[in-house]
Amino acid sequence: MKSISVGRIFAEQKMIKPIYLFLLFLMGLTGFAQMPIFKRYYIADVPGLGWLAQFYVTHALHYIGAILLLFLLVYSAVFYLGMLRKRFGLTITAYVNIALLGAIVGTGIFRVLKNLPDVVFSPVCTMFIDISHLGFMLTLSLFGIITMATKSKWLQQR
Amino acid sequence: MSTISRRTFLKQGLAVACAACASQVPLPASAKPAGPGELATLIDIRKCIGCESCVEGCREANSAKYPEPQHPFPKMYPARVKVADWSSPEKREVRDRLTPYNWLFVQEASVVIDGEETALNIPRRCMHCQNPPCADLCPWGASRKLDNGITLIDPDICLGGKKCQVVCPWDIPQRQTGVGLYLDLLPNFAGNGVMYKCDRCYNRIENGELPACIEACPENVQSIGPRNEIIQAAHRIADKEGAYIYGETENGGTNTIYLSPVPFDILDQSVAKGKGKPHLDKVKNQMANADNLAKAMLIAPFAGLAAAAGRIYSAAKTKNTDERTGV
Repeated sequence: MKSISVGRIFAEQKMIKPIYLFLLFLMGLTGFAQMPIFKRYYIADVPGLGWLAQFYVTHALHYIGAILLLFLLVYSAVFYLGMLRKRFGLTITAYVNIALLGAIVGTGIFRVLKNLPDVVFSPVCTMFIDISHLGFMLTLSLFGIITMATKSKWLQQR
Repeated sequence: MSTISRRTFLKQGLAVACAACASQVPLPASAKPAGPGELATLIDIRKCIGCESCVEGCREANSAKYPEPQHPFPKMYPARVKVADWSSPEKREVRDRLTPYNWLFVQEASVVIDGEETALNIPRRCMHCQNPPCADLCPWGASRKLDNGITLIDPDICLGGKKCQVVCPWDIPQRQTGVGLYLDLLPNFAGNGVMYKCDRCYNRIENGELPACIEACPENVQSIGPRNEIIQAAHRIADKEGAYIYGETENGGTNTIYLSPVPFDILDQSVAKGKGKPHLDKVKNQMANADNLAKAMLIAPFAGLAAAAGRIYSAAKTKNTDERTGV
């Protein structure tokens, strides 16, 4: 989230954004690594990137990233509501990001459920979850590029 | 940038989500517990005479599912992407390993039992894991587990990326190039055919019939039933007759249970292993880490909530102290 230098500045206003972007990058990278493309296209041949072709490694990293992201999202939401809401309102950029994140988290939760032992989803449901999870992530990435280019912020002073 | 009210945002978001769900998303009710309904097979290799009736039965029953690839194959890029072609008349006849046209083969082992060299025959095919990595990790949902314990690869969806084979502890699924959905997408740059393996005759089971390999066996090597009953039967026989069990705990549990007169580590040393020829070694639960991380995922939001609440409380306390001390 963007920090705005009005009133008291909390460490979170500076820290959350880089952590959030790093986690999104990690999730995007390990998410794409779920498709067998990094080995085919020599990316995993680059020294230090061999792990991108190891499906169990990238899967575990995707799950770890999801744990950290869930922690961060809830922390950020509660922190905003408790400490920043009176001074700052959310912009449309923020609402769109929140909606897309919600969709990604929601479909991701169902994907994790599907992977648990003794849980079987219908074929249509499984495909919908897989493809929509990817689609929402691509939409969020595209939207992120647009908002970075236009320097749109999440918060604006009330 | 203007703001919109939270109420409007929530209302509109909820409406969109509800519309999407109502139109096409099967609700979570479609998640059915698979445990009690799972069927398992018991393969008593002591009875197998290696006649390959099961292999022939499988080939006959499933021939309509075998790939009929289009030739020539689309050129694939980059050059490292290899064609996997088993469609020639000679290769279709291969019976000594798993191929897209041979979903079951009889593996041979020579072991010493009571001081005598004894030949054992082991029908090998997909183990139909209880928590199958091939289905869990398939990026397109082409590989999936049915609630009767069968793991199935949908040939209409599979793109042939071979991930299922890489993550399978026994490297079971086999690829055929030149067939399937990838031909309609980006055949030169993504996908490479369809993966094939035993589907335990899911269509025959749906119609109340036995899988072809079981029906064709003249020695009653295999039996099928609810997993708990099969496990009980396996243990009963093992205890009574001194046999060894494989598949009950391998990879967290499978729906294919083998009974052997010798320990499976000895059997594993004796069988020919390699491409299309799976081992009989011990296998840890490949999805165990993911299952544990999934549990941690449940805790993460509550941890975030607690951490933020603590932070807010701490900040409020600091503010009050500052105000009292006039800082």
